This record gives sequence, C-alpha cells and structure tokens, in this order.
Amino acid sequence: MPEIFGVPLVALLGQLMLGLVNGCFYALLSLGLSIIFGMLNIINFAHGALYMTGAVFAWIALDQFGLGYWWALLLAPLTVALLGVLIERGLLRWLYALDPLYGLLLTFGLALVLEGLFRYRYGVSGLPYAQPAAFDGAFNLGFMFLPKYRGWVVVASLLVCFGTWALIEWTQLGAYLRAATENPRLVQAFGINVPAMVSITFAVGAGLAGLAGVLAAPQTQVSPLMGTNLIIVVFAVVVIGGMGSILGSILTGLGLGLIEGLTKVFYSQASNTVVFVIMALVLLMKPAGLFGRER
Amino acid sequence: MKLRVLGYGVLLLLGVLAPFAVYPVLLMKALCGALFACAFNLLLGYTGLLSFGHAAFFGAGAYATGYLVKAHGLSPGLGILAGTAAALVLGLIFGGISIRRQGIYFAMITLALAQLMYFVFLETSFTGGEDGIQGIPRGRLLWWINLENDRTLYYVVFAIFVFSFWLIYRIIHSPFGQVLKAIRENEMRAISLGYDVNRYKLLAFVLSAGLSGLAGATNSIVFTFVTLSDAEWHASGDVVLMTLLGGLGTIFGPVVGAFTIIGLQNQLAERGGSLVTVIMGTIFILCVLLFRRGIVGEVAALYRRVVGIRAG
Repeated sequence: MPEIFGVPLVALLGQLMLGLVNGCFYALLSLGLSIIFGMLNIINFAHGALYMTGAVFAWIALDQFGLGYWWALLLAPLTVALLGVLIERGLLRWLYALDPLYGLLLTFGLALVLEGLFRYRYGVSGLPYAQPAAFDGAFNLGFMFLPKYRGWVVVASLLVCFGTWALIEWTQLGAYLRAATENPRLVQAFGINVPAMVSITFAVGAGLAGLAGVLAAPQTQVSPLMGTNLIIVVFAVVVIGGMGSILGSILTGLGLGLIEGLTKVFYSQASNTVVFVIMALVLLMKPAGLFGRER
Repeated sequence: MKLRVLGYGVLLLLGVLAPFAVYPVLLMKALCGALFACAFNLLLGYTGLLSFGHAAFFGAGAYATGYLVKAHGLSPGLGILAGTAAALVLGLIFGGISIRRQGIYFAMITLALAQLMYFVFLETSFTGGEDGIQGIPRGRLLWWINLENDRTLYYVVFAIFVFSFWLIYRIIHSPFGQVLKAIRENEMRAISLGYDVNRYKLLAFVLSAGLSGLAGATNSIVFTFVTLSDAEWHASGDVVLMTLLGGLGTIFGPVVGAFTIIGLQNQLAERGGSLVTVIMGTIFILCVLLFRRGIVGEVAALYRRVVGIRAG
C-alpha cells in the first residue's frame, strides 16, 4: 500500500476529502457573511443559527410532512431566506445608523434565541437525518473510495458558490449590488431601491446558510450547537481571507478545510485549533487578511 | 460630593450585611460575575473595544488557580495570584494579536482566540478535559483564615471585589483613563494628538484580562471546581450581556447587570429553566433595540432630566 510520510495514502485522501467537505461549508457560510457584511456593514452572528435552522427545517419537513431530501433542499433554504427578510426588516433595519457592533450584539442575541428554542423543543442530543437512498454507497476512483454523498456535497457547494460569484460579477443585479456596497446613497440617487437590495442581500446570505444546513444534515447530527461552533471557525476563516473579495472568501474556506483535514492526519490533537492558529499568524504578518483591504 | 461618599458607605454596609440575608455562595457568584463584568467594561465601556472572548481569561485564571491549588498544594491566596498572573500573560499575547484590527474584526478575532483556548482546555491533560478540575481545596488564607466557612470566604471575596472595583475606579479617573476615553470617542484624533494608541489599547486589554482572570480564579476557589463552561463562548456572551444591560461605560452598570443576570439565571434554574438561553437572547435583543444606555445609563439620564428641569 503506498504511503506518504508514514501515512497510508488511502487514509490521507479520505481525510483530505472530509476536509474538502468541511471547506465547502466554510465557503458557503463565509460567502454569505461577506456579502451581508458588504451591504449591511453587519457581521451576522446568527449565521450559524440560520445554518442550524436550515438543517432543522429539513428534519421537520421529513418528520412532520414526509417531504424528502430534495424537497428540503428547495424549501428549507427558501424558508430560511424568508426568515432572513423578517430579521432584516423587523430588527436590523433599526441599527443601520449606529455603530456596527450593535448589529453583532443583536444577532448574537438572535443566535441564542434560535439555539435555545431548538434546545427547548428537541433537546441537546441531536436528531439523526437519514441520508437519501440515492447516495448510498461510494464511487471507486481506483486510488480511493469516495462516498457518494460527500461527492455530492462538494459538487453542489462549489456550483452554488461559483454560481453566486458569477451572479454578483456578471449580472445587472450583481452590478447594482456591487455599486450599492461601494456607495449606497449615490446608487439610491440613481433610482435603485437600495432598501430592497439590502433585504435581498440578507435573504440570499441567509438562504445560503440554510442550504449549507440541509447539505450538512445527513452528514452530522442535527443539534442545537452545530451552528455556533461552526460559525466561530468561519469567523476565523473570514479574518484570514479578509472580506474584500467574494472569490477570496470561497478559496480561503476551501483551503482551510483542506489544511484542517491534513492536520487530522498528521497531528490530530491540533485539528480543532489549526484554523485559529493560522488566523493568529496571518494577523501578525498581514493584518488585513490574505485578500482583504485595510478599511 | 458628600452624597456620593454617603452612597458608597451605604453600599459597603449592604455588602457587609448581605450574607446574613442571602445565601453566601450565590452572593459570591454574583460578586465574581460583577468583577468580571467591571473588568470587561474597562475595555468595552471605556476604551470602545468589544472583546467577544473574555471567557478565555476568566477560564485561564480559574484553571491555573484550580490546577496549582489542587495538584501542587499552593495556598488559595497564592493560587489566586498565580491565576491572575496567567490571565495577564494570556492577555498580553491575545491583546498583541487582536489590537491589530479594529471594530468588528477585533470582536471576531477575540472570539476565535477564545475558542482556541477552549480547545486547549479541552485537550490538554492538566485541565481534566470534559470533567474539568473537581475538588479544589479552599484551604486557609494566610495560615489562619479558614475559607471552608462560607461566610468567612464571602468577606474575602467581598474584599477582593472592593479592592478591584476601587482599582478600576482609579484607572478610569486617571490621566491614563482619560486617554482611553479619547480613543473610544475618536481614535484618529487621539493618534493625531501624539498618543501611541496601540500601547494604550494593549495596556487596557492586559488590565482587563488580568482582572477577568482574578474573577475566574476567585470563582474557582468559591465553587471548588472549574469546568469547560467557564471558558465557553456562552460565558463570553454572558459578560457582554451583563455589561450591556447594566450600562456600558458607567461605573456601576456592570455590577447592576451582573447581579440582575445572575439572579435571574438562578431563579430560572430553580424552575427547571430550559428556556434560559431564549430569555438571555431576548434580553440581548431588547437591550440593543430599546435600552442601549442600560439600566444605570437610563436612570442617570432620567435623573439628569429631572434635575435639569428643576434647575430651570
């Protein structure tokens, strides 16, 4: 059996694959955080809770309404996006004139509420979500076995990430969005409905988080703490990448997932902390982040 | 002025009499929380830096004290000093890294660094992993003060709190504290006036971390155990909430906030309390939307308005 630095190649590739799957979640979430931050100037602490909500909605759809994975994949992100519109219109709207730190505090409270409600209703132990039967089994790639569901997560996430990027870079709506991020008052003066753009942006970001939640549901237990523990890592990813560039946040997310996977193989005790350590090192060398601009 | 001295005198008297009316352990918990919140307020309320990772310093103080007292037989007094020192050192390192970014990034960085410490506490051997450190002996302070007695320990904790509160009061009202407020109000102007803003921020961060560590260290002696929940992000959120609810940048706000939150948590826990997190989150949202000045800030504003009307 071929080995690299004393580690069997199969094990190494397996962990890299897991790392890539995690990286996809980082990318989806940090992408949402970045576009929300660009438009609203708010760091959405509840992003992890929205991700969890997506997973919970998928579970409820199956358990209560008998709607399977594919329906969940469509409906849960839409519902989370709708929830996002309510949050933006009902709560965040009142904070735009204030220090952006208040947005962080409010969304932190929101994360606690969502997490607490879920814990109250379903307990801490987590709910199992069965993998759809179409994804049972694995592809034999010759040098490794790739579980079908993991392959699907990677493909779907990459499609969504780059689709969102293309939407922002190449469409009219994306151009409005970029313009409104740069100078909302000027864009408003041109007759574009900026408040509606803000709502749409938040809804899209929330929907991406919800989608990530549905994708994650069959991979992990659906549990109340799945969101916040993940979002703290994503914050570190965002600090490392800097929030200036959409593509940058996608690539940083994927890259850090891979690094985490590698760490699991070679020094597994550090696999939980490696992203934070990298963050500290990046801050010491390039405080604005790899793709960021000093603001 | 006379009124103020009288006010502090009444509060001191209340503090001395309190253990005869209320369960001392609950009071000590509230005092440790209040000290933690005051230390946090030094950074957020007076320097304008929102750290979302202060539980790391509370936890570092608690773990260092718990470990040294239990495994190496240090006396509780020395243990608390060592815990504070550990938090100071950690504050120096984390402060040096995080003050390189401002505002919202600062909050995210401190949160991430605290999560790093959480995993360190989870995975290193001396912290006991998931179990934490149990059965820390309270022992004797200075050979003859027996801390096993709850009421005796209460007066020690109360003394620690009063000393720290006085220290923070002195810091805020010193020329150094004035510079911190200048940084909070307008960092660019403070720079252009020739202040080395980063050094001031770092010193404020280290002081705040050290005092948070003192709170954690004292807390570990009071409860005779340290667990991971002391260093978790929920704990970082709790201290933000205490300070926000009581009143950012007011002297007494964090104390009022800590007593309110800890009292409320205690009440809710007695009633089963599975909705504690939801209620905490709701208070957070309401504070941000409606009472950004906090309890003490609102009362002070009301007082000023009444006095202002009377003065014409």
